[in-house]
Amino acid sequence: MKMVIAIIQPHKLEEVKQELYKANVNLLTVNEVLGHGRQKGITEVYRGVRESGNLLRKIRLEICVNDDFLEPTIKAIMAGAQTGETGDGKIFVLPMEECIRIRTGEKGKEAIG
Amino acid sequence: MKRFIFLFILFLLVFSSVSVMYAADSAPVVAAAAVAAPAQAPASNSGDISWMLVSSALVLLMTPGLAFFYGGLVRRKNILGVLMQCFMAMAVISLQWVLFGYSLSFAPGNGFIGGLKYLGLNNVGMEPCPWAPNIPHQLFVIFQMMFAIITPALIIGAFAERMKFSAYIIFSILWATLVYNPLCHWVWGGGWLAKLGVMDFAGGIVVHISAGFAALVTAIIIGKRRNHTAAPTPHNLPFTVLGAGLLWFGWFGFNAGSSLAANNVAISAFLSTNIAAAAAALTWAVIEWMAVGRPTMLGTATGAIAGLATVTPASGFIGIWGAIAIGISTSIICYMAVGFLKPKFNYDDTLDAFGVHGIGGLWGTLMTGLFASTLINPAGANGLFFGNPKQFVIQCIGAFAAVGYTVIATAILYKLVDLVLGVRVADKKEVLGLDVSEHNERAYTLIE
Repeated sequence: MKMVIAIIQPHKLEEVKQELYKANVNLLTVNEVLGHGRQKGITEVYRGVRESGNLLRKIRLEICVNDDFLEPTIKAIMAGAQTGETGDGKIFVLPMEECIRIRTGEKGKEAIG
Repeated sequence: MKRFIFLFILFLLVFSSVSVMYAADSAPVVAAAAVAAPAQAPASNSGDISWMLVSSALVLLMTPGLAFFYGGLVRRKNILGVLMQCFMAMAVISLQWVLFGYSLSFAPGNGFIGGLKYLGLNNVGMEPCPWAPNIPHQLFVIFQMMFAIITPALIIGAFAERMKFSAYIIFSILWATLVYNPLCHWVWGGGWLAKLGVMDFAGGIVVHISAGFAALVTAIIIGKRRNHTAAPTPHNLPFTVLGAGLLWFGWFGFNAGSSLAANNVAISAFLSTNIAAAAAALTWAVIEWMAVGRPTMLGTATGAIAGLATVTPASGFIGIWGAIAIGISTSIICYMAVGFLKPKFNYDDTLDAFGVHGIGGLWGTLMTGLFASTLINPAGANGLFFGNPKQFVIQCIGAFAAVGYTVIATAILYKLVDLVLGVRVADKKEVLGLDVSEHNERAYTLIE
C-alpha cells in the first residue's frame, strides 16, 4: 500500500480529477495549501507597501492506493497537471503501514478499495 | 522616490490647468445665474429637489451593488478585478460626464449627438433645467451622471476574468463617449428617436440594450476564458445576493427617480418596479423547480435583476397588471437566453450581461409598446393594448436601431483597443488570477 501526495496548480485540479476517474481511481482527498518551489512567490502591494515572496496557492492531493494502482495514479496526475512550465508541482510517494475502514473495521487491501 | 516626484508633477499640472479653466469660466457662470434667478423661484421646489438628490444617491449605490453581484459570481482569484473595474467606472465616467459627456448627450445638437454648449458644465447652473423645469439644471446633470456610470459597468460581466485593466479603462471611456452619449441623446436628449416618439422611461434602450448588446459583442471578440466550462463558477453567492439586494434597492431611484419629480408618476413607477422584480424572481424559481428539480438562490436573484432591467423602460407608463406580465414573461425569455441560447451559440458571456440586460432591455422596450397607458402617465402615449398599435411599431424601430448601432460601434471600438493595447491578459496572468496579476493584491488569505 502506498500513499501518493501531489502538489499541483489550482486550475489543473479538474483535469487531474478527470484523468484519475479514467484510471479508475475514485478515492481522493483535496486540500488547499500555500507554498512555492523554484518558481518563487509573487509580489503584492498594499497602500504603496511592497511585500515580495508571498506564497502561491496550490492544491494538495492525497490518494491511498494498492501497489498495482500506483503507476496508473502517477500517470493520471502527470497527464492532468503537466503544463511544462515552472510551478507544475511535485508528486511524493510514501509507504503506508495500515488502512482501516471505519464503517466495517476491514483492514488493508480491501479497506482501500 | 522617482515615482512620487512624477506623481507630484502630474498633480501640479492637472491642478493648475483646472484652475486656469475655472478662472476663465467663473465670470459667465455667475452672470448666467444672476439672469436666471427670477425665473427659478416659481419653478424649483424643495420636494422635487429632495427626491432627485436622494434618487441620484440611490442610483450611484447600484454600481457597487453590481460589483458585488458580479464579484460573487467569478472565481475568487478574480473578485478584486471585478470590483476594481466597477469602482473605476465611478471614478472615470463621473469626470467624463462633467467634462464632455453631459454636453454630448443633452446639449442642443443634431439628431445624432448633442453639441458642445455644456462642455465642462459651461452654461449649466442652478437655473431651471431645460429638460425638467421643476429642478435646477445641475441636479439633472447629477442624476443622469449615475446612469452614465452604471451603463459601462454592466458590460463588465461579459469579459470578466480575462480583460486587461488598462484596456478596460480606455474602452470604457471610448464606449461612454461614442456609444452611450449618442444613444442617450437619441432617446432623451431630443435626438431622432425622441422626435419619433420612442418611449423609454428609465433606460431600457439607453442603458440595458446598449450595455447588453455591447456585452455580447465584447464577449465574442475577447473569446472564451481558458479552461472554460459551461457551468458558472461562483465563489461567493451571498455576495451576489447582497449585490442583487442593493441593485433592487437602488432601482427605485433609477425608475421612480426618472419621473424627475416627486409626483404620482414616481409612485406608480416605484410600484411597477417592485412588482415586476417580484414576479420575475418568483417565475425564475418556479421554472428551475420544474426544469431541474430545485429552485436556486442564484436563479431567484438573477430573475429579480432580469425583472428590474425589463420593467425599466416601461415603469412610468404601466399599471400593476402590465408589471406582472412583464415580470413573468421576462424570466421565461431570459432563462431561455441564458440556458439555451448561450450554450447553443457557444460564446462566453461570463456573467450573462447579455442574457439578462440585453434580452431584458429589448423585451421591456417592446412591452412598453403594448402596456403603456396615458391613464398612468398623461405625458406618455397608449400602447397596443390601449388601442395604439403605432406605438408598438415605434418601439420596435427604436429598439432595433439601438441594437444595430451598439453592435457596430462597440465592435469597432473594442477591436481598436485590441489592436492598440490588447484587450486580453496573457495566459499566465489569467491562470494566476486578475487580483494578483493586474492589481498585485489578494482578496482572501488562506493563512491568517
